[in-house]
Amino acid sequence: MSKAVLCDSVKCIGCRGCQVACKAWNELPAETTTNQGSFENPSQLSASTFTKIRFNEVSSGGKLMWVFNKVQCMHCEYPACVEICLVGALQKTEEGPVIYDDSKCIGCRFCMVACPFGIPTFEWDKPMAWIRKCTFCFDRLSAGMEPACVKSCPTGALKFGERDELIAEARERIAAAPDKYVDHIYGEKEAGGTSWLYLSPVPFEDLGFPTVGTEPVTVNVERAMGAIPSVLVGVAALMSGIYWIVRRKRKLSREQKEETEKEETGIGATE
Amino acid sequence: MEKRKSFPVGILILSALVIPTLAVIVLRFINGLGAVSNLSDGRPWGLWISFDLYCGVALAAGGFTLAGIVYIFGREKYRPIARPAILTAFLGYTLVILALLVDLGQPWYIWHAIIYWNIHSPMFEVAMCVICYTAVLALEFSPAVFERLNELDFPIIRRFNWQIPLRLVRAVQIPLIIAGIVLSTLHQSSLGSMLLILPETLHPLWYSPILPIHFLISAIAVGPAMVIFESMLSSRAFGHKLGLEIVSGLGKTIPYILGFYLLLKLADLAITGEFGLLFNSGVYSLLWWGEITIGVILPIILFSLPGVRRSGTMLFCTAVLVIIGLIFNRFNVSMLALAIRPGYTYFPHWMEAAISVGLVADAMLVIWLAHRFLPMVKKEETPA
Repeated sequence: MSKAVLCDSVKCIGCRGCQVACKAWNELPAETTTNQGSFENPSQLSASTFTKIRFNEVSSGGKLMWVFNKVQCMHCEYPACVEICLVGALQKTEEGPVIYDDSKCIGCRFCMVACPFGIPTFEWDKPMAWIRKCTFCFDRLSAGMEPACVKSCPTGALKFGERDELIAEARERIAAAPDKYVDHIYGEKEAGGTSWLYLSPVPFEDLGFPTVGTEPVTVNVERAMGAIPSVLVGVAALMSGIYWIVRRKRKLSREQKEETEKEETGIGATE
Repeated sequence: MEKRKSFPVGILILSALVIPTLAVIVLRFINGLGAVSNLSDGRPWGLWISFDLYCGVALAAGGFTLAGIVYIFGREKYRPIARPAILTAFLGYTLVILALLVDLGQPWYIWHAIIYWNIHSPMFEVAMCVICYTAVLALEFSPAVFERLNELDFPIIRRFNWQIPLRLVRAVQIPLIIAGIVLSTLHQSSLGSMLLILPETLHPLWYSPILPIHFLISAIAVGPAMVIFESMLSSRAFGHKLGLEIVSGLGKTIPYILGFYLLLKLADLAITGEFGLLFNSGVYSLLWWGEITIGVILPIILFSLPGVRRSGTMLFCTAVLVIIGLIFNRFNVSMLALAIRPGYTYFPHWMEAAISVGLVADAMLVIWLAHRFLPMVKKEETPA
């Protein structure tokens, strides 16, 4: 049921058609950038750039080569941003996309901090600022279309489909040409699995992909949140208990004092 | 009272510090957060979250620790300093909310936290605790206000019988204190739970599944230190008499809590097999040892020396060490040991600092007003 996209860096030629298609479909403005000494541009994702192609200069087998890879929201299976969003503005849909609701967000930016892939961005130059990130073209998907970037890809480096089918196809591609690919589907298991899957001719660390464990990043949070009810009841009971004991002790010692005073003076206290 | 100076220079300085804050806030709401801060997509949380939120909440721990010691554990000798401690905690929480109003992208929607619930989010826990505990602290402190209103002889104020709300609050005082302790336990630890989502970003020297417990215990340790710090400062500034045995009594308890904290941290690293990181992770090892030496090891030694506990100045300085160590720790976990996105750098903008300084100055002005106009150290009637 869950949709996914397979990005094959071996097939990517770095035309950046996807980057342009994304801007066009999402009506995002152009950015003024400076020359960073590479064709890669702009240098970072931003509130008006949801996706970009990274131009990696890597040496493989003694020769220098360019490996291109697409960067955008990974649409995790266990998204950290969805788990921690205070107001539930981020949601993981059944179809795969992690989508964002402007009308709920309060702009705390916890999602940006929490994302293990460093994806969500923020409108820093606006007085009323929202979070921005790739939507997986949820609007297009709902209308039975594929994402704008996939539609624009001329070499078939991007392929849209069912997640399990794409994983199977990725395995076939690796098996068919083991000299061209590293034996790793990035996104199959990373952070518990993501909806965007990657194939690469070189190890993913060389392409600037973060090294992320296979366990969902949400497990420890879930454990801590699950302990709240027992902590709440436990601390309340403990404090009430201590208060009761301390008060009772004080009362007993006062009564004892009164009794000894009574015995000493021989005059009965009224109470 | 006889010590009060004729011309309050301090008040003028504090007021002067508040004014640039207002200017920066106006600028933020015209040009956006980027115009007043060095925050970026690479470092979305900066000085405001680290200092105003993480340190602000921890340093407000004096409120619940002292309320617990006096009202639950029945240590009557600390009663005179309970009220100022509760006020400081209340102001700390107010500052957190004010700082958030600057930091949030959509501050006018902050009430969304009340209507759109995501009960899985640690930040939901944080938000609920901030809301409830600020209300509890206001109620805990309200007798001071009602007592004062009761004495006033102004036309409208004297018509109202202030004994009624006073008696109402007194009647629920103990449940309130218990609620305050429960909320604080949850809130102090929930700031740690928030960082649990960052197993890949927070350095393993700090990241731990029991991070919430680290947060709670370090807050319990800094609570009394903060009370020593502020009660000694205010006794100097306002000329209240403060018995040395009160502060030294608080100082005596701190080493036990800090000792437990240190053992827990070391055991945690030993169990996960990350003990080696203490020595071989370069600048991170230094940060860890810095925070532990200043805020844990030195105070344990100093507070254990009888000579230190007999000297007011030494007690004060050691309490300051605990506070600096805690601030160091909260900056480590929420900024310095948190990986920044590749290609970004962050150093706070002066306007970010101006906001934080201005908010603290604000709080100090309110404390000054409270000491001036409210019965802060008056012995209240002991409840039954």
